[in-house]
Amino acid sequence: MSTTASKVIKPDFGSRQKHFIFNEDHDRLRESIGRFVEKELAPHAEKWEETTFDDWVFTRMGELGFLGLSMPEEYGGQGGDYYSNLVLAEEMPKGNSGGLTMGVAVHTDMAMPPIHLLATEDQKQRYLKPAIAGEKILCLGITEPDAGSDVAGIKTRAVRDGDEFVINGSKTYITNGHRAHTIVLVVKTDPDAGYDGFSLFLVDMDSPGVIREKKLEKLGMHASDTALLAFQDVRVPAENLLGQEGKGFYHIMWELQGERLIGAAGCVAGAQRVFDKTLQYAFDREAFGRSIGHFQVIRHKFADMATKLEAARQLTYSTAWRFQNGEYPVREISMAKLFASRVGMEVIDECLQIHGGAGYMKEYGIERAWRDMRLNRIGAGTDEIMLEVIGKSYGL
Amino acid sequence: MGHAPQATTPVGSRTVSATATATAPLPPFTPEHDAFRAEVREFVLTELRPRAAEWEAAGWFDHEAFEKLAARGWLGIKFPVEYGGLGGDYVMDAAFVEELANCGSGGTAAGLGAHVSIAMPPIWKFGTEPQKQRWLVPGIRGEKIGALGITEPGAGSDVASIRTNAQRVDGGYLVNGAKTFITNGVRADFVVTAVKTGEQGGHQGLSFLVIEKGMEGYSVAKKLEKLGWRASDTAELAFEDVFVPAENLLGEEDRGFYLIMANFQWERLLMAHGAIGSMRLMLGQAVELVGERTGFRQAARHAVAEIALKLAASESLTYHALRIFGAGGDAIREVTMAKLVSQRNAYEVAESILQLLPGGAGEWDERRLAEIDRAARDTRLGPIGGGTDEIMREILGKQLGL
Repeated sequence: MSTTASKVIKPDFGSRQKHFIFNEDHDRLRESIGRFVEKELAPHAEKWEETTFDDWVFTRMGELGFLGLSMPEEYGGQGGDYYSNLVLAEEMPKGNSGGLTMGVAVHTDMAMPPIHLLATEDQKQRYLKPAIAGEKILCLGITEPDAGSDVAGIKTRAVRDGDEFVINGSKTYITNGHRAHTIVLVVKTDPDAGYDGFSLFLVDMDSPGVIREKKLEKLGMHASDTALLAFQDVRVPAENLLGQEGKGFYHIMWELQGERLIGAAGCVAGAQRVFDKTLQYAFDREAFGRSIGHFQVIRHKFADMATKLEAARQLTYSTAWRFQNGEYPVREISMAKLFASRVGMEVIDECLQIHGGAGYMKEYGIERAWRDMRLNRIGAGTDEIMLEVIGKSYGL
Repeated sequence: MGHAPQATTPVGSRTVSATATATAPLPPFTPEHDAFRAEVREFVLTELRPRAAEWEAAGWFDHEAFEKLAARGWLGIKFPVEYGGLGGDYVMDAAFVEELANCGSGGTAAGLGAHVSIAMPPIWKFGTEPQKQRWLVPGIRGEKIGALGITEPGAGSDVASIRTNAQRVDGGYLVNGAKTFITNGVRADFVVTAVKTGEQGGHQGLSFLVIEKGMEGYSVAKKLEKLGWRASDTAELAFEDVFVPAENLLGEEDRGFYLIMANFQWERLLMAHGAIGSMRLMLGQAVELVGERTGFRQAARHAVAEIALKLAASESLTYHALRIFGAGGDAIREVTMAKLVSQRNAYEVAESILQLLPGGAGEWDERRLAEIDRAARDTRLGPIGGGTDEIMREILGKQLGL
């Protein structure tokens, strides 16, 4: 009777409540990372707010294989898929310390991927392998005092001198900047070439002329170390050029995509953790003769928060699915990053509200989560930059 | 330096390229669904959309729309072949509903949807073989149009307080009461009607009777006028000592509440898919509109980005719900969330485009302006119909144990 009866389409299901990107290996990984973070990292969270987290976190995580989950086995990685990095990003917030989560993520998901993608074999042996093992800590140097969102405004200069490059300039807001052994540094190699004038270098942080100027004080993320760095006539061998000379801008734009998606997953998981804690609080806390959670307006707040979190999580997972399948959808990644960091902040702020005065006090940990989360709407590309990227993807 | 280049990076001799946008269909949709979507879209754009303004003004879309869909088998996408359906599934139906939104008339989509996705599914799921022959088979052919009658003047979100009463009499029931806000109520040949059979009503005492046009005592009391969805007919129905034969009882007596609950999930999920379809349509309009703008371009660009984000977030959440629902899982939480997010988002998107208008409307013809105007009115129903936002929040809150 119909023109399409013969063309009935059967869908590809295989879905349960669990998202289809995850399998049982991911479940096991999730469990083991979660257990480790809760047992070995979370107990130090308070202290690390004062001191920044200890470097042994990297050696220990390297030992356990958590720093190279999706890296090739030949360099000491676990050979997993991209989703395993997502699992790490989702489990790290169990450490109750945004600074800790960020410090580790800068190593595993910001600085390491470009080395994996672009490095020569020799560079991989010297930098990727020890980074996966947790023996060398990485940081990434993009932002400068006069170049934030406008990456193309970078002024730090590398000038060739025989077999070496000489680097001068400064970088700021560099996470892990004080503890790092190596920085993946974005510099200008040809000031007249526009976007084609940037390059990446692997710079040993103990090179003469690398000055770790000061530990920057911040609203949140106190457990991470954030540096202002100066480079004064730093001589770097030409073989430390990472990727192609003149293609640094493109390399770093590529890097930012992966970083943003991991950041999105972290925001959702971090906010979910605070949500769970707040839900428990709403059951326990009584006012006017009943648990505050049983007031309709509070119940509706939880409903809205749960919905936002699930939407942000699904957007992140959908985008991760595309990423793992070889798509590289800049628009969707920007959306996931923008949405997840907004939702993260909205949810934590609402949780603070539900806690009332207790939420404002240090003791309950909500104020810290609030302060830590705020960075996500700025770091790795501000909300406004994300909106530009999305808007421009429509040719506007 | 002008626009920053794409995030395409050379790696040795190859290139890791960043596509600006996603291309593969998100599961559970497959590339095959894309072809089906294109076919539906083509039909909707040529056969339905040009009529939208006329139907809006008339407060009624032509019966011809049902016939044309029926001719393609699209009134029965998910119903079994033996009843004249395509034997497809929920996913294909969802793809259809998304594309149907391209008609640019919420009322038309709602009227078609009320028949296909709200009135017929309970007959398919709970009906006896003779009942399926009487209503499902002609329903799929577009020969008999159905409506679902639940809401009453005194019972909206709270279905447990339904008062329309069915008193058991020899050979059937005597029905008295009224229903309101019934989509397709004026044109319906049969109304799948919720009635109170037990003393208590509510969870233990609701039943469903199929009440047919022409039954004595059954009348359309009023055709209601509305803010939006004007192309659909919305009726207040009156029942005065309507004798309904026992063979018109759908499912078990007094177990009607479960029938309502079962159907709500699919209805809400489809509403979410419909909203996604509308948001896609509106995003296209917004891009066009802002592209023609000369002033406030950055703010307008960001407004478009916000629209795109609302669409993407609704889509990921709704498709997740569809994956679970379609695979037979318990999707109440996800469906409720999808409904809540998508309806609110669709309205906000329409509202945002309305706000974008002054800067770009100069060159726009009346038809396009009317579409935007209509979308703002049509999408406003989303956060109310199929369970209000507040009811969605109650469901979700209770799921959390609150």
